[in-house]
Formats: sequence, structure tokens, C-alpha cells
Amino acid sequence: MEYATDGRKVKVEFRVDRQPLAEAVAWAARTLPARPALPVLAGMLIEATDDGGLTLAGFDYEVSARARTDAQVADPGRVLVPGRLLAEIVRNLPPQPVDVFTKGSEVVVRCGPAEFGLLTLPVEDYPTLPEPPSRAGTVPGDVFAAAVAQVVPAAGRDDTLPMLTGVRIDIEGDTMWLACTDRYRIAARELTWTPADASFTAGVVVPARTLADTAKAIRPDADVAIDLTGTGDTLIGVSGGGRSMTSRLLDEQYINYRSRLTGTWTSTARVRTAPFVEAIKRAALVTDRGTPIRLSFTAGEVRLRAASGDSARADESLAADLTGEDIDIAFGPQYLLDGLAGVDTEYARLECAGPTKAALLTAVPDDEDSPMDDTGFRYLVMPVRLTS
Amino acid sequence: MSRKQQLHRPGPQPGPPADDTGCPILHVDMDAFFVSVELLDRPELRGRPVIVGHDGPRGVVSAASYEARTFGVHSAMPITRARRLCPQAVILPVRGERYARVSAGVFAIFRSITPLVEGLSLDEAFLDVAGAGRRLGRPAEIAALIREQVRAQQGITCSVGVANTKFIAKMASTRCKPDGLLVVPPDGVAGFLHPLPVASLWGVGERTEEALARLGLRTVGQLAQVPLSTLQRELGGALGAHLHALAHGRDPREVVPHTPDKSIGAEETFGTDVDDPEVIRRELLRLAEKVGARLRAAGHEGRTVSVKLRMASFKTITRSRTLREPTDLARVIYVTACELYEGAGLERVRLRLVGVRVENLVPAGEAPRQLAFDEPETGWREAERAIDRVTHRFGRGAVRPAALVRRPDEGTPGGPAGRGGEGSDGEDGRR
Repeated sequence: MEYATDGRKVKVEFRVDRQPLAEAVAWAARTLPARPALPVLAGMLIEATDDGGLTLAGFDYEVSARARTDAQVADPGRVLVPGRLLAEIVRNLPPQPVDVFTKGSEVVVRCGPAEFGLLTLPVEDYPTLPEPPSRAGTVPGDVFAAAVAQVVPAAGRDDTLPMLTGVRIDIEGDTMWLACTDRYRIAARELTWTPADASFTAGVVVPARTLADTAKAIRPDADVAIDLTGTGDTLIGVSGGGRSMTSRLLDEQYINYRSRLTGTWTSTARVRTAPFVEAIKRAALVTDRGTPIRLSFTAGEVRLRAASGDSARADESLAADLTGEDIDIAFGPQYLLDGLAGVDTEYARLECAGPTKAALLTAVPDDEDSPMDDTGFRYLVMPVRLTS
Repeated sequence: MSRKQQLHRPGPQPGPPADDTGCPILHVDMDAFFVSVELLDRPELRGRPVIVGHDGPRGVVSAASYEARTFGVHSAMPITRARRLCPQAVILPVRGERYARVSAGVFAIFRSITPLVEGLSLDEAFLDVAGAGRRLGRPAEIAALIREQVRAQQGITCSVGVANTKFIAKMASTRCKPDGLLVVPPDGVAGFLHPLPVASLWGVGERTEEALARLGLRTVGQLAQVPLSTLQRELGGALGAHLHALAHGRDPREVVPHTPDKSIGAEETFGTDVDDPEVIRRELLRLAEKVGARLRAAGHEGRTVSVKLRMASFKTITRSRTLREPTDLARVIYVTACELYEGAGLERVRLRLVGVRVENLVPAGEAPRQLAFDEPETGWREAERAIDRVTHRFGRGAVRPAALVRRPDEGTPGGPAGRGGEGSDGEDGRR
């Protein structure tokens, strides 16, 4: 069976190095659904072309992932194989060239002394992979990965409000804003990118898990290209370093978060980031689910206190600069840690307007002469109201 | 409870008093409590079969007098069935507040004996009298004293089991009912337990009983001879260990004074089965309002909301969700209950009963509260507290959600019907 019912050739033969194959397969396998709606969606599409290109793809109707790598193609064609199994096999192959070829209804994977045969799935039943929209611009891979990692911890996990499970991306010319909120905190990041068209604007919501996985998996030294048309988008494309994905967008409705990120503060505290994180982690050891860490800022120090009922308590002080009124405020420890994880400078800044008002966490730029107040990262968090 | 009652057989006759050394646990159980209280007010019915329960097509028996029980009537049985079994029975409506007052008097007697009183429901409690010996005498003497005081002060009878563990004490009181006293000394536990059917053990329901029967185990004595590892293999680790311990008379539970409410709930049996999701949601709202008001009145907040849905076929499912923080707000309870109902996939299925319950209770106001962006400083919490105050002043229903306001010409779609049995989810609805 050299040709499928749709007339396309299903025979294929190529040789590829194990490492690039493993990386490409791993990328494409990320979207394979655990419980596929259709049996063919458990498959990974293997496509080899005359020009020596090998493409591996997976799709679950929401997200598609494609990885391209070079191969010596003896016989171009496309086949569909059980994706998770292929990924497992390739990950465990010895470091030698891998030969892949069809033999009857089987795809044979041969690597040194090891040989595997996988029964093919009906490739003609496989859905057409969505084509990404037009190129909107590019951003350095490491910048994009860091920015996404800064905001996604604040995304909601509860499907009752789907909008909150996404990352809001706003683009105006060369400025991009990423933001997530779960109603208890807002994590936002502003960055500069290179739009294809200097007047480009867009506002979309991308599933946070998908974007986080993608940003993490793209090679940091590659440029990341974002594909969006800017109006009426239902799909976003993200690609870089031979990897690409498309994801269905969430409803574009999103809360107006940016107006909340500026405020008038009655106190501003500055504290060394690393020791602050360590102290919070220590104090969090005695917190139960739902019990907060209490922060008391006075001139020169911040005191951290936590307790679970009468059974355990923690108390620690460290140096801090305070301008304005003393602060006595409590937060869920994980919310503080999620925010501080986005602070990549020596000092963190916490601005407050009262014990029941949202507080803003930002990073103080290490370069004292920096014209910027912060690093583009802003984390607004609601406190926990203590019972008096 | 009903099945256990059917297993009831007359216990040992009160012969020479058994040795009560090392038996500090008392289980006190009022005899046919609701009926006994009703008979205080209707002495002319004494000696006749009496049933307490809502008399309607869907009512159930809340309590039955011993005379009625001889006809096979037992609590939780549909009233219609009870009527067929015992047409001459007098059926009295449930008067929860009256029973609560008598119960309070009975518990006051318990607490005058020892502070270690663990109430199980309105009409039964465990007492640990180990520390009362010097003042009031031996456990069996204290048991007799309690029976005497309950009779003298409240005019009703109770049965008391005396043993070294809670579960033996409870089984002893069951065995000596009504109006009895039974001491099971530590060296008499095996003799007491072993002839009993396995179903009399706490935790053995119909399914477990069947599983044990397949293994040829019908009495507690047979069960006690099976090695722990075999039981655990056949029944699972936890249940196997539990039954092994019980069969050997071991029960490490202590008497814990004042068990706080574990949950507060309310449920409604429709007069006719309902499949309209709108009607169901409105009923969930009404129940949520009721539960919310009760939580606030009791000073509780709960973290887990559950709904109970009973289909026309009597198949019952419950679905629950644990919230990120405890609540006493009808609004939150209602929204969660609706999501659970919608998530259960029973829209358009005919339902006979719906229930809403809040579990994992903590004292209100003690839990710190994570604030959210879209939460105004004053909101539902304040609105519901205001409703509480209006209700307190003008009575129930003075203020209610618009969805629950019924125009005078509208009929009742379901209308209230029978409530659960004694000590179960009824008007009081606490567990």
C-alpha cells in the first residue's frame, strides 16, 4: 500500500541523527492528547520531503505542534504512527543514526542493533493541520520565555472562568504586554519586540499552559516569531528554531488590568530579593492551607510571622528600607513567592496602600542610573484579611 | 438504623449484675424518642401503635412506637407502606422543637454526671464516667442513676449500655432496649459479641455483609477467627483492619465531649418528580438560603459544598466541591450547588429529591480571608447579614431572593413533602 485512498504516497524512507530526531519528536509529542477524541489524533504525522526536510507533527484540535529537522530522505512521503510510543522509543535509542522506513503496514525504526516496528495509523483520516496566520513580528527567545514564565503562575486554573486560564497578550507597535490574573493577583510584563509592521496592534488571550510549555521548549538563542493578523484572530502561531505551534485562542474578552497596576501608595518598602524569598519559604513551613504570612514593615526591617493555629509558629526579621507609613499586611505565601520569582534583580520593591488594599511588587533595576523604575514586570497582589 | 432494628433480639435478662470493673463507657439511648415525647402530651395513645412522620404521599416514618414496630413498621419507611402494615396506627406530625427541648433536658442530666458527653443526635450520647466514680459510684450505678433521673425529670425511658469501648456500649444498649440496662464486662466481650450476626457491627452494610457471607462469615465469632491479612486482602486494608479490631472487641475511639456539627444541610422531596432545570435551580437557591442562614445562626463557615440528587428511580448521587475558603454565604453555596448539579449531567432527568449541604465546618470569622480584586468592600456578606436581621425581626421569608417570590396565583410546583427519619436530614439537618 504505497498510496492512500486520497492518492497521497504513504511510503517513506529516511535517515536522521538520533539527537535532532529525539528533540523533534519530543516537541511534536507535547500536544498528543492522553485520551484522543479520535483514534488518529493519538498519531504523530511524519512527513519527509525531497529537499531533505523531515517534519513531525501532533494535533489535538486545540493546539498543533510541528518540528522540522534535516534528514537524508531516500523516499519522500507521509505516514502516521502511534505518537506517544514513538516518542518513548526514540528517547531510549542509542546515540547512532536512525533509519526509518515503511515495510508493508509497518513503520520500521532501526538504530544500531535495535529495531522496532510500529503499525501505521490511517494517515488519510488525519485532519489538516491549521495554517498559522501571517507573521506579526519577532522577539528574542530568552526574553519571551522569561516574560511568559513571569506571568503564568498568576493564571487561574479553574475552568469556570475560561478567560482567566489564559495569558492576555496586547501589542501596540513595538510594545508587547503579557498578563495573567486569577482575581487574586495580576502578573504583567511589558517588553519591546520587533513588529513586522510598526503600527501593528492586537489583543488576544492564549491558553496559559500551552504558551508556558511552548515558551519553555523553544531554544532560548532563537528568535521567536508570533503569527497574528491583529483583527478577528481565532488562532495564534508561535515559532522559532525549527519548532512551531498554533493554538486556538480563548475569547478575547479580558478585564482591563492595566489601569489597576498604577496607584497611589502610602508606603514603599525595599528588600533584598533572595533573603526575602528564603525567609518566606521558611515561615511558610508552619502555614496551613489558607493561612497567610504576616509582613510588618517598620523603619529598617521587615518582620515575617506565620502560624497554624496554636500548634506551630514562625517569626523572623530581616533588613528592609521603608519610606512612608509602617505596613502590617498579610499574604498567602505562595502568592508572594510567585511574584518574587519574577523579580530577577538584587532588590524587590513592595508598595502598599493599606492592609486590605492590593499591593504592588516590582523589581528595582540593578543599574542605579537606569531611567526605568522597574524591569517591566509588575505583580499586583491582594492581601489576606486577618481576623482581629 | 432500620436494618439494625430488625436484627434486634431481646437481650440477656437482667440477672445478677455483671462486673462493671473497667467499663467506664456508657451509651445512653432514648427509647422511641419522638414517640415517647408525643405520648407525654397524648397519654391516651399509650399502648397503641403510634407513628411520628409527615403524613403525605411521600412522607416517611421518623419514629415508631414499639407497638407499631411489632407490625414491621420502622423509621425511614414510607408512610404509605407503614399504613398498609398497620392501618390502625395513629400518625402524628413531627414537632422538632418539642423534641429539642426534651433533648436539652436529658443532656443537662448527662452533663451533671460528667463533662465527657459526646452527643450523637438528639436522643443518644456516649458518656465516659471513669472520673465520676468517687462522687457517684460504679458505672452500673451511674447508669441506673441516669435512667432514674431521665424518667423522673422528663417522663421518658432510656436504655443504657455499659462497656469498656464505645461500640460495645452502643451494641449493649441496643440489645437491652427498651427501658433496659446491660453491662458487658471486659472478659464477657467475646461471649457477648461472637454469637451476633456480622451485620450488627458498625460499618457492615449490605454490601460488606454480602462479601462476608461469600466467605462463609455470618457471625462475629466466625469473623474473629479470620486472620487480619486475609480480611484485608478480601475487603481492602482499612475495612479489613476495622472489622478485625471490632470482632476482637477493640475500638480505640475516645468519648469526645461536644462533637461540633460536622455539616449543615437541607433537602426537599418534591411532591411530584421534577425534570425542569429551572425549578431545580430555584429549589437549590431556596435550600442554599436556608443552609446559609443556619450556618450564620450557628456561627459556622464551611469549606465543602455538596448536593444530593435522587432520581425518580431512587438512585441517589452526591457531588461535592471544596472551596478555596470557607463560606457561610447562600450566594456562594447556591452558585457552587448549581455548578455541581449541572456537572452531574442530570439536567432533564426527573428528580425526586434535591439536597444541599455544607461540610468541613469551622467557626466563622476565624479563617483569614484572601481578598479578591472584584470583591467590593461591602457585598453579599453584608446583604445576607442584613437579611438575617430582618428575618430575626419580621420572621422567616420577610426578605427573600426575587426568584423565590411566588405570585399568589402560582401553584406550588413540588411543594414540601416528607422529611427524613429520626436523626437524619430533616428540618434540623445537622450531622
